[in-house]
Amino acid sequence: MDIVVEHITKRYGPQKAVDDVSFTVKTGEILGFLGPNGAGKSTTMKAITCYLAPNEGNIRVGGISIHDDPQAIKNSIGYLPESNPLYTDMPVINYLQFIAKIHGIEKEQVRQRITEMVEVCGLEGEKHKKIGELSKGFRQRVGLAQALIHDPEVLVLDEPTTGLDPNQIVEIRELIRKIGKEKTVLLSSHILAEVEATCDRILIINKGKIVADGTASDLRKRAEGKEILRTGIHGGEEKAVQDALRGLKNVEMVELLARGENLFEVHSKVGQSSAKEIFDLCVGRGWYLTQLTPTETRLEDIFRELTAN
Amino acid sequence: MIIAGRELRSFFDSLLAYIMLIAFLGFTGFFTWLFGNGDVFFRGEASMDAFFGVAYWTLFFFIPALTMRLVAEERNSGTIELMLTKPVSDMQFVWGKFLSVFFLICISLALTLPYYITIASIGPIDHGAAWTGYLGTLLMSAAYISIGVFASSLSSNQIVSFLLALLIGIFFHLLFGMIARNFTGTLGNVINWFSISGHYQSITRGVIDSKDLIFFFSVIFLGLFGAEAVLVRRNLSSNQ
Repeated sequence: MDIVVEHITKRYGPQKAVDDVSFTVKTGEILGFLGPNGAGKSTTMKAITCYLAPNEGNIRVGGISIHDDPQAIKNSIGYLPESNPLYTDMPVINYLQFIAKIHGIEKEQVRQRITEMVEVCGLEGEKHKKIGELSKGFRQRVGLAQALIHDPEVLVLDEPTTGLDPNQIVEIRELIRKIGKEKTVLLSSHILAEVEATCDRILIINKGKIVADGTASDLRKRAEGKEILRTGIHGGEEKAVQDALRGLKNVEMVELLARGENLFEVHSKVGQSSAKEIFDLCVGRGWYLTQLTPTETRLEDIFRELTAN
Repeated sequence: MIIAGRELRSFFDSLLAYIMLIAFLGFTGFFTWLFGNGDVFFRGEASMDAFFGVAYWTLFFFIPALTMRLVAEERNSGTIELMLTKPVSDMQFVWGKFLSVFFLICISLALTLPYYITIASIGPIDHGAAWTGYLGTLLMSAAYISIGVFASSLSSNQIVSFLLALLIGIFFHLLFGMIARNFTGTLGNVINWFSISGHYQSITRGVIDSKDLIFFFSVIFLGLFGAEAVLVRRNLSSNQ
């Protein structure tokens, strides 16, 4: 089932939370939804899950429009909301039973589905505890279990790994990748490494608009042509070296990487290289180079560049 | 309804249901049998009037206490988003909430049936009036529950919901009747029509009039549609 989002706009009063956003997620694809806080990620996800109705535009899930049959769409989506709300007074098992019933899973299958979910999400030891007694990591698993219980074709996960420890994050990511092979997955995050590790495609959204769309390597290519050099220069005062570097013709920005070690990150202007200038500078001042390494553009930099105000 | 089932279970899990049942049975039992100038022995007649009179007041206070958390809590904890992104429509959600409290009231009224049986065994009782009394009490409860659900949907604060339900309730319960007395003619009749007590009394007296039924059902549906309208309104506010 594909998710097709067509020109949706969502206004909260005069403010546009989502502004003319369109994209498509295909079956078997994991799309990562990136953006700073308040960019419109959650609002878009809420629109897809039929919790909020967009002011303009249309969303189709598996060919069905949200305006025509929201109940059918809701039944084919597994959704993990941002703050992972749960009925804390219910035991895990009862909670999953309740969700299964709401999804209209047949009585004979409910038991089997729950056993499966408990196994997949690693809840075996906790299944009789009340949800309120569980740690955040386990609650997140319960949230994932409830999203998966009806074996949905589409999975919408709003920041699925918040509050988890590194081991759990790896587990959950693996689980998402496994699920993503046959299903349509849309996941949001503001952790770039996570999106890069899990997703096939990345969508960056800022102030309600899509600013980038492509695979991680696509996005890198966009930022290519901008040279970044990790530069170590000894033999001079740190401050003096930094100022001198800033004064070079092809240099756009100089960042001090480690105080006291004379290590800098030199960003060149687009299409220019500053390697020769740096070398000449050192020769001229009698300094010596300890390092001059070109670094790959990090996704963080692309993200910062696209979403900076 | 599955939602109603879950709610009902959570009432019994949280002791709320037991407290409510015990308090309700205690109050009504006390005033029906033991105390005051309305009780069965004082009056020396086998009638359920005293019981329904007390039930009228106790339910008025208890129902807002039961309904206050229904939607407010879901809103507060965010589970409302979870529920409404399941294949549940806003209306089903509201009905589920309504029915859970309604069932609880049915249970508590069912537990007062022994009063009826004992009274009937000690003297000649007007069976018709007793049964319509139960019907009237149920209808009145349903009206207050739907007002309570509506009040609960307005706020994410349970106390606010409780007070709001009481405030709306008191108009129907008392004030419309009192205001109506100050007016004569059509205006007085119209205002009096909004008073629950008049409709309740005529039903508990044993008269089932379609006017009274229409009144109760319109209050119920108005409350529930109001609650649904409030839920739909989430599309306009920025903090949801």
